[in-house]
Amino acid sequence: MALPEGAQETMTAAPVLRRRTVADREDLLGRILLTPALLYVLLLVGVPFVLAILLSFSRATSGSLAFSWAGLQNFAAVISDPQFRRALQNTVLFTVVSQVLVVVLATSAALVVDALLVGKRVVRFLILLPWAAPVSLAAMAWTWIFDSTFSVVNWTLKVAGLLKGWFYWFGDPTLAMIAIITVHVWRMFPFATVIVLAGRTAIPQDVSEQAMIDGAGFWRKLFQVELPLLLPIVAVAVLFGMVFTSTDLSIVWLLTRGGPYNSTHVLASLAFQRGILGADLGQGAAIALFLLPVLVIVAVAMLRLARRVEVGV
Amino acid sequence: MGYVETKALVKQFGEVEAVNGVDLSVEEGELLVLLGPSGCGKTTLMRLIAGLEKPTSGEIYIDGERMDPDIPPRARGIAMVFQSYALYPHKSAFGNIAFPLEAVRMARSQIQERVEWGARMFGINHLLSRFPRQLSGGERQRVALARAVVRNPKVFLLDEPLSNLDAQLRAIARYELKQLQRHIGTTTIYVTHDQVEAMGLGDRIAVMNKGKIRQIGTPQEVYDNPADTFVATFLGSPPMNLIELDHDTLLGFRPENFLPGEVFGPGEDVVTFRFRVRQIEHLGSDRLLYGSLEERMRSDQTVIAAIPITITTPLTEGEVYDFAVRRTALRYFDRHTGLRREDGAS
Ligand SMILES: Nc1ncnc2c1ncn2[C@@H]1O[C@H](COP(=O)(O)OP(=O)(O)O)[C@@H](O)[C@H]1O
Ligand SMILES: [Mg+2]
Repeated sequence: MALPEGAQETMTAAPVLRRRTVADREDLLGRILLTPALLYVLLLVGVPFVLAILLSFSRATSGSLAFSWAGLQNFAAVISDPQFRRALQNTVLFTVVSQVLVVVLATSAALVVDALLVGKRVVRFLILLPWAAPVSLAAMAWTWIFDSTFSVVNWTLKVAGLLKGWFYWFGDPTLAMIAIITVHVWRMFPFATVIVLAGRTAIPQDVSEQAMIDGAGFWRKLFQVELPLLLPIVAVAVLFGMVFTSTDLSIVWLLTRGGPYNSTHVLASLAFQRGILGADLGQGAAIALFLLPVLVIVAVAMLRLARRVEVGV
Repeated sequence: MGYVETKALVKQFGEVEAVNGVDLSVEEGELLVLLGPSGCGKTTLMRLIAGLEKPTSGEIYIDGERMDPDIPPRARGIAMVFQSYALYPHKSAFGNIAFPLEAVRMARSQIQERVEWGARMFGINHLLSRFPRQLSGGERQRVALARAVVRNPKVFLLDEPLSNLDAQLRAIARYELKQLQRHIGTTTIYVTHDQVEAMGLGDRIAVMNKGKIRQIGTPQEVYDNPADTFVATFLGSPPMNLIELDHDTLLGFRPENFLPGEVFGPGEDVVTFRFRVRQIEHLGSDRLLYGSLEERMRSDQTVIAAIPITITTPLTEGEVYDFAVRRTALRYFDRHTGLRREDGAS
């Protein structure tokens, strides 16, 4: 490079750090920054996961360190167990019904919130509140709402003249399942609404307006333009919700503990009961791992969709 | 009464007066170009006519019918093409063009026919199965236009429809648009900030600035007799020269009328100036001279002369020459209001 005389001087005169620092070396910096996350995944996700797989092929019980190979025995035992099949059924029911309800409710709520002229922020905040409430605290409120004597739902219906008999919420398998799904939907709904709201703001305004210009009324605009454009984001939310719901045990455990007569167990709560409380680690692990292949497929689908949303295809 | 008409139309966004008392009258079948710098309120005016925005005050009429603010866009008989084209990304070109027809519940077979008719008009029949992301800018623009024409609107509102195309494509698209508009004869309001586009396209031009319409007229009228200094300098490239004549008069003349004195015949009524040429640009078809006036009519502002290549008078930078303008080509403006003076007194 042929610099005019003097130019060299003015360049070096500027106070510039001339040595490469760690921040300049993206490869190294990347590794350093990734290490904590990697350790976290390895120790708290990877190790337990491998352990669970090993346990599911063993006769291990809690309290003993003996590890004897059992082959597929645990899986065979679990599959022929009617309680397990019931739990599997419940898990599917619980997941599907609650996701459908969450999607419908969240989409409607998002549309309503968006249409509000005033108080959008306040309503958004209120919607998010249940999500921030600790689940155990919320469960206490809900057990009261569904209490066999004091049930708010029952008394309200009774006073309104809509209920002749009495609902024993946690005494009847169907009612108990309804209660569980209700609480779960209540819990998932805020987060889903926020996702849909965020997705809606990503729809270009001129596309919505074009639909109005093109003569579409409210419903046509909703079903032909807005929902299809929301679909990728909603799909990611649903897949996420499916993984989250089908592996969740907190609601079932806090509300019914799987009762009455083990009729409301989902796989996660059954695994906990068998493996930890019942000390049969092998069977517990087998139950817990049962949905793994399905969840892996769901997770892959989720990642692919998320990528598509990102690329904007 | 015009086919599309606005009366004292005002739209405020908080403090901003985006549209500030617009009286516009568009004749049936006319192509009116709304020309103005970016941010002057063109889009807002279109959105008001379309019903996407409620006026703060004022009235809008389309085809003699008063458009109350709560008449929705779909009931106004207008088709609008946004600057971004606003194609539905999840629908094919066919689905996009068919959408307004589905909205009026046209029969399937008829929709098919109509979409193909529209696509043929813009030469995009072979693209109907593609999605917007698979189309080039020019193709998208055609799909958007086809979507606008298929349902036979009373009025087209086109908001800078060519601004996303490259220069070459734009010239062709401009020509095609004009052809199309003449062919189907739909009343059209066309927004642009590009004066070349406006001059080439419009039956009439409405020049807008700061929310107000400054002048409406044929391209020739607006160019030759600008109503004020804004219009005078906004149209034309390079713009009209404006010189301070006295305390309250500005003298204006276009660069192409400012020529070497020898060009004019002896009997012609001209006004002469002493012009010092400071810089010369050779632009192929023109020579552009930048300089200043000296002696009798001094001016320190830059004055520009555009001399067609057919005038071969030798000129060099730094020299002073006799330049002249025909008296009929001189325009006078009030220095304080900027408005043109008819009398030309000085
Ligand atoms: N929705 C809005 N809210 C606030 N200000 C707006 C809005 N739309 C337009 N404006 C303002 O109104 C003025 C005119 O805008 P616009 O009509 O888009 O101009 P143009 O289309 O001529 O570039 C601008 O100053 C712009 O900032
Ligand atoms: Mg605009």
